[in-house]
Amino acid sequence: MLSLPALTSDITVSTVAGAKLTPSVRRPIEPVGKDFMHHATRTLRNHTWSEFEKIQAEQNVKTVDESNVDPDELLFDTELADETLLGHDARDWKTADLYAAMGLSKLRYTATENQIIKAHRKQVVKYHPDKQSASGASLDQDGFFKIIQKAFETLTDKNKRKQYDSCDFVADVEPPKKGSEYDFFEAWAPVFASEARFSKKTPVPELGNLETSQKEVEQFFSFWHRFDSWRTFEFLDEDVPDDSSNRDHKRYIERKNKAARDKKKTADNARLVKLVERAMNEDPRIKMFKEAEKKEKERKKWEAGAGARAEAEAKAKAEADAKSKAEEEAKAAANAKADKKKSKEAAKAAKKKNKRAIRNAGKDNDYFGDAAQAAAIDEQITLIVDSLDDEQLVEVSDKIKADASASKTILSETAKTFVESGKLPASLVAYFA
Amino acid sequence: MSSPILGISFGNTSSSIAYINPKNDVDVIANPDGERAIPSVLSYVGEDEYHGGQALQQLVRNPTNTIVNFRDFIGLNFADADVSRCAAGAPAIDVDGKVGFAIKRGEDVIEKITVDEVVTRHLNRLKLAAEDYIGQTISKTVLTVPTDFTDAQKDALAAAASKCGLKIIQFISEPSASLLAHIHSFPFEKDMNVVVADFGGVRSDAAVVAIRNGIFTVLATAHNAKLGGDNLDEALIEYFAADFQKKNQCNPRKNARSLAKLRSNAVITKKTLSNATTATISVESLADGFDYHTSINRMRYELTAGKVFSQFSQFINDTIEKANMDILDIDAVLLCGGVSFTPKLANNLEFLFPESVEILGPQNKDASNTPNELSCSGAALQGRLIGDYDDDELKEALQPVVLNTMHLQKAVGLLDAEGKFVPVILPETTYPAQKTITIKNAKGDFLVGVYEGESYIEEKTLEPEAKPEGEEDEEDSEEWSDDEPEVIREKLYKPATKLMELGIKDVTKGLQIIFNMNKDAVLKVTARDLKSNAVVQGQL
Repeated sequence: MLSLPALTSDITVSTVAGAKLTPSVRRPIEPVGKDFMHHATRTLRNHTWSEFEKIQAEQNVKTVDESNVDPDELLFDTELADETLLGHDARDWKTADLYAAMGLSKLRYTATENQIIKAHRKQVVKYHPDKQSASGASLDQDGFFKIIQKAFETLTDKNKRKQYDSCDFVADVEPPKKGSEYDFFEAWAPVFASEARFSKKTPVPELGNLETSQKEVEQFFSFWHRFDSWRTFEFLDEDVPDDSSNRDHKRYIERKNKAARDKKKTADNARLVKLVERAMNEDPRIKMFKEAEKKEKERKKWEAGAGARAEAEAKAKAEADAKSKAEEEAKAAANAKADKKKSKEAAKAAKKKNKRAIRNAGKDNDYFGDAAQAAAIDEQITLIVDSLDDEQLVEVSDKIKADASASKTILSETAKTFVESGKLPASLVAYFA
Repeated sequence: MSSPILGISFGNTSSSIAYINPKNDVDVIANPDGERAIPSVLSYVGEDEYHGGQALQQLVRNPTNTIVNFRDFIGLNFADADVSRCAAGAPAIDVDGKVGFAIKRGEDVIEKITVDEVVTRHLNRLKLAAEDYIGQTISKTVLTVPTDFTDAQKDALAAAASKCGLKIIQFISEPSASLLAHIHSFPFEKDMNVVVADFGGVRSDAAVVAIRNGIFTVLATAHNAKLGGDNLDEALIEYFAADFQKKNQCNPRKNARSLAKLRSNAVITKKTLSNATTATISVESLADGFDYHTSINRMRYELTAGKVFSQFSQFINDTIEKANMDILDIDAVLLCGGVSFTPKLANNLEFLFPESVEILGPQNKDASNTPNELSCSGAALQGRLIGDYDDDELKEALQPVVLNTMHLQKAVGLLDAEGKFVPVILPETTYPAQKTITIKNAKGDFLVGVYEGESYIEEKTLEPEAKPEGEEDEEDSEEWSDDEPEVIREKLYKPATKLMELGIKDVTKGLQIIFNMNKDAVLKVTARDLKSNAVVQGQL
């Protein structure tokens, strides 16, 4: 036993400064054993010792937990799902819920063979007549035990189990009530899941959700439209009498059974078709896809009409252009007409003014000192003015306006040119010529 | 369930196969003949192939078509191989530079097979035996190899194994495998230095292994390809032959067939002598028509083979010296291989080593009584372990960065009340590491002095008369020490470098001291009061 020296001084921690361990040596270690694997994990993950111990401890706890509880056990019923089963007449076992009797009411058709065997063992241990009599019940009360045995017999036989599952209406999920409010996917997914158990073809496509692609949705409904079901209704058959004495009666019962089976099968198929039809009508995705399709169609149509529309537009534009152009032209013409009239009038006024200016030239200049000849001068000036064309008129009047005193000379020159050109006889303009 | 991973120990003389059965026990698999140590022998008679014990019997009548001792030839060039060791069987020839054998398969049909092919056939037989036993196909295996096998040899082995549909997921060395199997059933309580001595039929291997926190570090290895159980057989044969010659005036050593007969019977006698004190040998028509029948007791056998036994002891001694260690540094010797059954081997070692060294042979109650199955059991255990890891994890774990680890060179510990050094972390410890010591019922204030310690061997000569009288073993000692004074050697530690001191006060119910060394060799010592959980921590 190790004993430590007593503490004499008052130190808590004192490390020797500069103290160093002898340098380590690198050596290979043997890659065997769990401790090596732990070492490898520590080295690779860079764990410290305490971190690693913690992780190991966690892992150990987990493995113990996992190994102690059989996962199947958790799925079995802890108590009998239906207490009335205990009083159920064993002769009427067909009407009893066999899965509930086995404690498999949560699993039903999903129970594996192994789970059935395990559940059966559990139920037998619990409900064996010997056990029951030990707790006070009489030995005759073994009805429920017989049901358990029948259930085991039925559920472990592949064929019989199929027949029972076909008529296990407890496992059926009813579609949501019409008119009530529900979420389509929440309400319908379990319905299809329960119907899917009868499919000959697997895997069965799932209902999906709002994001499921159109192709998948279409596949889903086409699968259900063409659903191939193995559901049979033999389990509900009336028992065929075993006596060989009355063969006719036996055959009659058999025929009856077959007819009843066929009828039920047809009804079931019809039910399924209706169900799928209803689901399809309610499916918001189908509506969505239809709407999208409609929009797409319109868009396409719109795109297809693009050429003609452009042409019509161009035409209208051209027409409008032509129209506005014509209007403009008409307006311009009108303006021009008005302008012309105005200028004509102005020219006329100017001419009058010019003519007046020239005519008055004699009078204004006191008839050039020859007042005696005033009448002759006026008469001759009028002649000259009348003979002047527009240009000459402007020229002469300008000259006169510029220098009124020289008007006699100007007029004389004008008269002379007229005489020379023969426009006027010299006699008529004698004063100026 | 996926098929189990087979552990194969492939020896020169015999091979063993093991797996972990569904009950989580190691199951060493017997071949259809019921042999758990399956002789590594293949023999051909015409079209037929014999394997194991059946093939071994052919060694008498049909030695040239019987292949023995071929394991060590794999991956070697003909020039490098010591082909004399398979002289008892088919002679080794040069096939394309490799070791091969020429086997007669019927009239005028000579088949030349390389050693690789022989190994493939042998492993295939082992695989078939395992598949018959387990009832599942086997595709993965862990194979043990000697520590001196080169990578080329391992590659050749892997190639040979893959030809018969076996994937070798890991090669592990024989000493580690044996140690692993031993620790599985008899775990060591503390860190130890162990010599793993494997005495096989034709060769001996030994390794000094330091076990620290369950991690093995091989400190030294030694091999002797000329020492093994066959040497014991030789001694016994020589003894019988001399006896026979004396009785019948006829030398059985001259005739190869007589010799082979004598050998196969001598081996049986040797094995019997491991369990019984006397054994008989009877050979019909050993030589010149004379029968041979005699009995031999264990004492006679041990005297006859005394020289070989001392060679075995010397071999272990040499290995320890090679590791630069003293006998006192060794805590245990683990014997494995077929020769370990012989009681004399352990007796000799007990005599050679001081009492502190535990001899873990079949006679020891704390060791397996089938030392020849340790190696394959270890391989099977390793197979089960790595079966839980996927290939990538395993590949990662076998990286050199993980394999080559820093090892502490000197012990780290503390001083006790008398000022003596008490090692806590031993030399050759890989880190990160943690050691906890708990001192129950400690009361008061304590000083925890942390030192690096050095070990030394103290020799004390005890004079017979110097012994105090009245001691119990006085008489025995005196008998022993009549001629020479007894020398008592002791391994002691002395404190060398002072590292730190921790003071902890008012301990009432006990103290826990934790030495923690992280991957960068930073030492952290924590002293914790068990009652109040008060902690004092020092870091270097």
